[in-house]
Amino acid sequence: MYPITTAHYIALSAALLLIGTVGVLTRRNIVIILMSIELILNAVNINLVAFSHALNNLSGQVFAIFVITDAVAEAAVGLGILIALFRNKETVLADEVDLLKW
Amino acid sequence: MLTPDLLQAIFFYVFAVMVLGGGILTITRRNAVHSAMFLIVSLMGVAGLYLLQQAEFLFAVQIVLYIGGIMVLFLFVIMLVNLDQAAKEKQFNGQWGIALVCVALVGAQVSYFLWKGGAAFRIAQPNTAPAPAGFGNTEMLADVLFSEYLLPFEIASILLLVAVVGSVVMAKKRI
Repeated sequence: MYPITTAHYIALSAALLLIGTVGVLTRRNIVIILMSIELILNAVNINLVAFSHALNNLSGQVFAIFVITDAVAEAAVGLGILIALFRNKETVLADEVDLLKW
Repeated sequence: MLTPDLLQAIFFYVFAVMVLGGGILTITRRNAVHSAMFLIVSLMGVAGLYLLQQAEFLFAVQIVLYIGGIMVLFLFVIMLVNLDQAAKEKQFNGQWGIALVCVALVGAQVSYFLWKGGAAFRIAQPNTAPAPAGFGNTEMLADVLFSEYLLPFEIASILLLVAVVGSVVMAKKRI
């Protein structure tokens, strides 16, 4: 169980990625789908920082900063789309937005 | 006897429980505000894991930017968009099959790892390399960020500009 190695961090990261994936695939509420995407990006960051620590190379942490930048941009644009969607369709449920469905 | 290794293990498991418990509660709560609160717990666990690996700058960024910035944005939108009616409806769509396939794939990877045992993988060896002495984490990170990764850094700023303009345009009533 201890000492803690990189493998522990990778297992934790895989579990968090899994939780996020299940959230994205199964929830109907778009706000919670966006939150699940944040969970997935955090799982990626745990992985990057763990390898950065293990290999004594700071590039991993720089990449984690870029991932956080992406997460911010994604959250801002996603929530903007959500507000526009709510104004036009009066819904926040993903499967009620089916204009493009055959 | 509290050796540094044991102390690190204790902190790792505490933070891991925060991360995974917060994550599971985030995707299962009915009320979106509760989900956001549990997501904050999960993100604080991740911040603790950064601190455990001597990534102090990312720890500060995680607290200030994720918990202080993104989560406030989420809560603001949850309050703005009326979710009362949505909370009374069915919370899950029918995609359990594909979700179970994803779980099975990662479960197969983890069980392969456990079957081979930790000794078969280099990543499962304890980290013995000494931490580089001299400067703190933030100084070294700034060094790398502003020399080797200067162009990606500038491109990231353009990305943020596009996102700001895009979200304002998207949320505007009439353009």
